Amino acid sequence: MTALVDSHSTVLAVAPVRSRGQRWRRRYGLAAAGAAIILAWILIALLAPLLTPYHPDAVDVTVRLQPLSPAHWLGTDALGRDVLTRLLHGARISLTTGIVVVLVAAAVGTLLGGIAAYAGGRIEELIMRLTDLVLCFPPIILALAIAAALGIGTTNTIIAMLVVWWPKFARLAHSLVIVQRSQEYVEAAMVIGFSPARILLRHIIPNAVGPLIVLVTLDVGNAIITFAGLSFLGLGVVPPTPEWGSMVAEGRELVSQWWVATFPGIAILTVVLGFNFLGDGIRDWLDPKSRRR
Amino acid sequence: MNVAVKPGATGLATPVLEVRNLKTQFFTDEGVVRAVDGVSFSVAAGEALGIVGESGSGKSVTALSLMRLLEEPSRIVGGDIRFQGRDVLGADPEEMRNLRGGRMAMVFQDPMTSLNPVLRIARQLVETMVVHGNYTGDQATDRAVKMLGRMGINAPERAIHSYPHQFSGGMRQRVVLAMGMSNDPVLLIADEPTTALDVTIQAQILELLRELNRDFGTAIVLISHDLGVIAGVCARVVVMYAGEVVEEGSTEEVLSDPRHPYTWALINAVPRIDRHTPGNRRLTTIEGAPPDPLDLPQGCRFAPRCPFRIERCTEHPELLAVAPGRDARCWVTQAGGRLALPPSSSRLRGEGLGGEAGEASPQAEGEGLSTLALDPEAAPHPVAPEARAGLSRQAGKGERLLEVRGLVKHFPLPKNGFFQKRLIVHAVDGVDLDVARGETVGLVGESGCGKSTLARVLIRIHKPDAGSIVFEGEDIARASAAEIRPLRKRMQMVFQDPYASLNPRMTVADIIGEPLRFHGLAATAAETREQVAELLSTVGLSPKAAQRYPHEFSGGQRQRISIARALAVRPDFIIADEPISALDVNIQAQIINLMLELQEKFGLTYLFIAHDLAVVRHISDRIVVLYLGKVVEVARSGVLFERPLHPYTRYLISAVPVPDVVVERRRQHLQLKGEPPSAVDPPSGCRFRTRCPIARAVCAEVPPPLAEHQGGHFAACHFAGEFQPDGGGAHAARHG
Repeated sequence: MTALVDSHSTVLAVAPVRSRGQRWRRRYGLAAAGAAIILAWILIALLAPLLTPYHPDAVDVTVRLQPLSPAHWLGTDALGRDVLTRLLHGARISLTTGIVVVLVAAAVGTLLGGIAAYAGGRIEELIMRLTDLVLCFPPIILALAIAAALGIGTTNTIIAMLVVWWPKFARLAHSLVIVQRSQEYVEAAMVIGFSPARILLRHIIPNAVGPLIVLVTLDVGNAIITFAGLSFLGLGVVPPTPEWGSMVAEGRELVSQWWVATFPGIAILTVVLGFNFLGDGIRDWLDPKSRRR
Repeated sequence: MNVAVKPGATGLATPVLEVRNLKTQFFTDEGVVRAVDGVSFSVAAGEALGIVGESGSGKSVTALSLMRLLEEPSRIVGGDIRFQGRDVLGADPEEMRNLRGGRMAMVFQDPMTSLNPVLRIARQLVETMVVHGNYTGDQATDRAVKMLGRMGINAPERAIHSYPHQFSGGMRQRVVLAMGMSNDPVLLIADEPTTALDVTIQAQILELLRELNRDFGTAIVLISHDLGVIAGVCARVVVMYAGEVVEEGSTEEVLSDPRHPYTWALINAVPRIDRHTPGNRRLTTIEGAPPDPLDLPQGCRFAPRCPFRIERCTEHPELLAVAPGRDARCWVTQAGGRLALPPSSSRLRGEGLGGEAGEASPQAEGEGLSTLALDPEAAPHPVAPEARAGLSRQAGKGERLLEVRGLVKHFPLPKNGFFQKRLIVHAVDGVDLDVARGETVGLVGESGCGKSTLARVLIRIHKPDAGSIVFEGEDIARASAAEIRPLRKRMQMVFQDPYASLNPRMTVADIIGEPLRFHGLAATAAETREQVAELLSTVGLSPKAAQRYPHEFSGGQRQRISIARALAVRPDFIIADEPISALDVNIQAQIINLMLELQEKFGLTYLFIAHDLAVVRHISDRIVVLYLGKVVEVARSGVLFERPLHPYTRYLISAVPVPDVVVERRRQHLQLKGEPPSAVDPPSGCRFRTRCPIARAVCAEVPPPLAEHQGGHFAACHFAGEFQPDGGGAHAARHG
């Protein structure tokens, strides 16, 4: 709570009226930076084959574990593969899996949570207890168990993560829809005669979507880290596919050849930061209190 | 700054509060908002001053400035405030802390949020007293119990250990008043203290304020938008508009003979409970809205809307005396003019007027001045009473549109423990109701009486637990959603909260167009657009509004959009659930007029739910009074107010404040004791018996049936008509 400030001043003070550009930069500067980072990585992911002369899987044991040099800007790993190339190609996997997992989980979770909140009664109980069930388990361990059962591979890991990821969206959607369902515009829609499905999908969910969008952007970073972690633990991608988590795993014992593990780590850091900044910015943008009017 | 002698100022004693040329401004990114722009007034010891104005007039900011309770981005930038002769604006923080809650106390509007929810009442009351150093802990506790009792709380020794959430709104306001009065303040500032409360509770709190003023000699500054409230408590009144004082004088004089057009508009826009309105029932309204505070007009700030405007009004008027003890900021009245009563046709435009002195009459025209063009066909024309009756006779008046029998709706509460008995809220407990085609039935009652639940059950948002609802010959009480869907075209609803009843993510075009397409009234996009535009002009909005979102409109405009949505499907019957409660007085009048016009134009039938009895009297043909889930009285509008049969109705009528000082002073204020009983465990027999002055043994045993006493006049009371404290209804005092 802001403390009450003594408000009398004997001098007629006029606060500066800032220009639109200044205000915008102050509020959304960080979010724009985040968006820029993400866009840069997306471009990199798309253009990866064109950016370096090397192939990510090209093994050359004669140049293994070379430090940074003009030929290999970020050095080489234990099999002589160019770290920079693998980093840029790894972006494809990491970004894709992160975004896909979160988007699909959000869609499924929102739908289930929304239905639970609007229908109430037994359906609500059923769905919410299901989310409780999944949330009982530490997420990485559960994902690990499912992935291990399904077998190694990107798709299987994505499935495992989806199972673990949807409940938090369901929970959030549930609480948001509960607030909306007692609003008068929902009653008005009922009075007009719309069906419950239509009201939920066309009227309520668009009003509840704000915090969900924020959670999605913030969560992509989490998903990328989790996927990297699963790859680090031996699940996830099939070698030799380049992926940041498995690259960190390969380099974890190479202390003097620090470049093998460090650069993938920095890549993860920048992407996650980018999504966090963007997410914060979107949340501020959606917050009615900070809006211009 | 004027030096006229004010009634109430003794001239010898220093005024308790003296405000001179106060200026408070908000420094926002869009510019500087001059919320309070040179306000001056003074309050003598023991005097009660009222400050009246609508939202945006600056009255609340003035009150907060008095105690320097403002935060950034607002700042007091000029002027002088003296409390008991000492400078307030220059005081250091310690002096201010001593002042606040000590000799100057304040009570705010919303009792639900004024108290700290995690602390017991005792702690909050005692803290106030101990911090100001007047009492020790034990003394403070004793005094707190006494203060609570003085404020009308039952069993204060027990109540004091409760938490705020265990109290109702009225009781919380009493606690807040007790806190305010606990250090014997010289001045009590009350900012809309009763706005959030029911009428009978409001009456209790106002009586309390009168007593405090009388018995303790505390000076009171009462801020309100309700002239009736001010008339009942305050000897003098200050009217504010767009950050300035526009009129000042004794309440009696200002209300009977206003000298500023804005005051005049406020007085004439308010329906009165003690007056029978003429045939066409239109209220006087002024089009438009207060000026944008970022862009105030150069001349008189009311001029763009003023029906008495003259050429000189392009020059900003000063606040000068227009009569002994009365000031007004108006060129017309300063030159000696008086403001006449409006003609019967009453939508007024800000048109100029040729002459100056003498009686100024407002120019009445069919078009409004606001930037949104009005539908010329919607111009009001007075319809004689016979013609109105003819209209309804043609439409088959007497034909029952809605017949409700024995309607019951209960809500089970979540159980407290596995073995606890499940508690049930008896929201609607056996209601009978009839609505004939073409008439307006008013439904009144206070919080908890079940009127909102009843509305939602009638429109089948909820399914009733028992009883029948026969709408146009079909019983829809137990019909399925699919069976009811086609009926949705014939009955619609207008909701209370203009901010929540429109989907914030949809454009107006979608909000109104979707029902049209859903019910097959418009097939193509072009047809939809056309009909939406037509509907918008019918309710007085520009067709360009269709592309905008709800948040771009004001409360009154949003209600118009709501009405347009309800009209879209061409219903016969509209249930209006408190459609104007959230709006300012002038806007309320505009919406009432709009609804009356639409009723004439389309032959609508209304069920109008409200807690404001004056409005209900004005707009309804028949009135139904609800109490705790049951109907207690049904009668034609005039009859109900002149010869109420049920004691509760009598209390309800007596509690409504009338904006006329003479009437307020003379009328007998019947005080309804206590709080409404809980709907979870209603009293046996007659539900009103716990607060009824004439309750007898039979009232606890046998629930009184709703019996017809005279033609069309029903009452549910074993002793209907026996409670006659003042020998008559609302009119007694007026003719007395």
